[in-house]
Amino acid sequence: MNVLIKGAGVAGLTLAHELVSRGMSVTVRETRETIAGNASWQAGGMLAPWCERASAEPPVLELGRAAADWWDAALPGHVRRNGTLVVTQRRDMAELERFSGRTTGHVPVDATEIETLEPDLAGRFPRGLFFAGEAHLDPRRALLALAAKLAGDGVPFVFGDDARAGLLPGAGADVQADCTGTASGHAELRSVRGEMLILRTPELRLSRPVRLLHPRFPLYIVPREDHHFMVGATMIESSATGPITARSTMELLNAAYALHPAFGEAEIVETGVGLRPAFPDNLPRVEWTGGVLSINGLYRHGFLLAPAMAQKAADLLEGQKERRRSA
Amino acid sequence: MLELYGQHLSSRLLLGTSQYPSPAIMAESIETSGTEIVTVSLRRETAGGKDGGQFWSLIRSLGVKVLPNTAGCHSAKEAVTTAHMAREVFGTDWIKLEVIGNHDTLQPDVFGLVEAAGILSREGFKVFPYTTDDLVVAERLLDAGCEVLMPWCAPIGSARGPQHLDALRSLRAHFPDTPLIVDAGIGRPSHAASVMELGYDAVLLNTAVAQAGDPVQMAAAFAQAIEAGHRAFLAGPLEPRDMAVPSTPVIGQAVFT
Repeated sequence: MNVLIKGAGVAGLTLAHELVSRGMSVTVRETRETIAGNASWQAGGMLAPWCERASAEPPVLELGRAAADWWDAALPGHVRRNGTLVVTQRRDMAELERFSGRTTGHVPVDATEIETLEPDLAGRFPRGLFFAGEAHLDPRRALLALAAKLAGDGVPFVFGDDARAGLLPGAGADVQADCTGTASGHAELRSVRGEMLILRTPELRLSRPVRLLHPRFPLYIVPREDHHFMVGATMIESSATGPITARSTMELLNAAYALHPAFGEAEIVETGVGLRPAFPDNLPRVEWTGGVLSINGLYRHGFLLAPAMAQKAADLLEGQKERRRSA
Repeated sequence: MLELYGQHLSSRLLLGTSQYPSPAIMAESIETSGTEIVTVSLRRETAGGKDGGQFWSLIRSLGVKVLPNTAGCHSAKEAVTTAHMAREVFGTDWIKLEVIGNHDTLQPDVFGLVEAAGILSREGFKVFPYTTDDLVVAERLLDAGCEVLMPWCAPIGSARGPQHLDALRSLRAHFPDTPLIVDAGIGRPSHAASVMELGYDAVLLNTAVAQAGDPVQMAAAFAQAIEAGHRAFLAGPLEPRDMAVPSTPVIGQAVFT
């Protein structure tokens, strides 16, 4: 079976990898010039299904708990499995209680344990929560590595003008898979705008994602290579793609500064805006309509839920193949 | 029946539309609560969107009256501008007027509030001012043209419940004919019931429902508590007594010892 995958974001690439690993033949078509710049490019890369349960429905935990294993198997060396630390300022301790009441998979940590986990946060937070089972990866490196691995396996990629013109190398596709996110035009899909910053400071070292709970501006900081930190992310019901607003920048920076004053001297290396594709229940779907397979609605859980959705989609296609064979 | 600016309503619960786990849960909460008015924040949700957004279409599809608010405005001028935008985007002259005076407590700037209420009322807006429980400010707001008052009972989103019951009582006593809606600070259905028992006309909620473990269930609980509180007010609750009064006759027992 020959599958044409539209979209080289996290949904498209994980599906491609899943199908190739099951022996199917795949072509990836992306209307952008490169992998960079899509919504997945702006992601945090946290594989944190237990933390996400604080605001997400139960399927996010069920579908996301095996994500770290999938990424580890697909891209050895990319996943860091050293948990998530959740802290809050002294004034907002009620937020920690609330978060702890809504999530599982955590242990309470005191100031000493926080210092052991993240020495640079010593003395800043009296209490926190540690989610030992969580992991993270650098989403940009992961997307590029996944694309490189697929290309190495002989998967053809068509980018930019050629993709827009609908060019296809080799034989035609038996099935199309739409993984284009907000661009798919699905009637029930909406955009939830997310804005983020990438800061750089050599004055601070974090080894895992840290979430700062705040009644108004909750935020997470994910450490990346070379003293970079991804700070995210806003959640705005809007399909506007313009640059990050002054207000959002201010809120993100404020929260980062509250986490550690060293962020006050950090360089703002990059600001980013992406549109999260979301269905009304904020849960992803694999759909099979009119001969087109689609994975969409990954919302704020792209890297977390894409593997499970890719597996579901691949199961569907295999079932299809079986039916054809027996027919 | 509750009447707000000429509109008759059978539900005494007004619901906000932010901070729900998902739009689907928001929609179900609104339906379950039986609310007929939802507040929508103009800032951010719609700002810059190409089409006003799918979020806004979803709210429109619920068939409830929309009360846009000027959340996050810190001056009369900003609030007036936002009200103008809201009238255009939502096609209504109803406006929940918020002029925030303190960033931390989100306490209303009552001076800016009275100023903006005057300007907007003169322009034909039906103003729902988010105010404190201050009596004199309430009078000024009515002078400025407001026909409804929305005092807080505690800071927005704090879930603390009524902090100054006497102030709320006194407001009710002074304005027997003005619809009074408690806006902000309610955390639990019992809080809502207690202000309704004082004779308040309605309650406006957002966080207490949206951030509950099960928002739909909580929306139903609030609807019942508000109804119960209102009925209790109509029924005339018993005033507390110092002396215990038995509810069963005690004839034949030696109680007068």
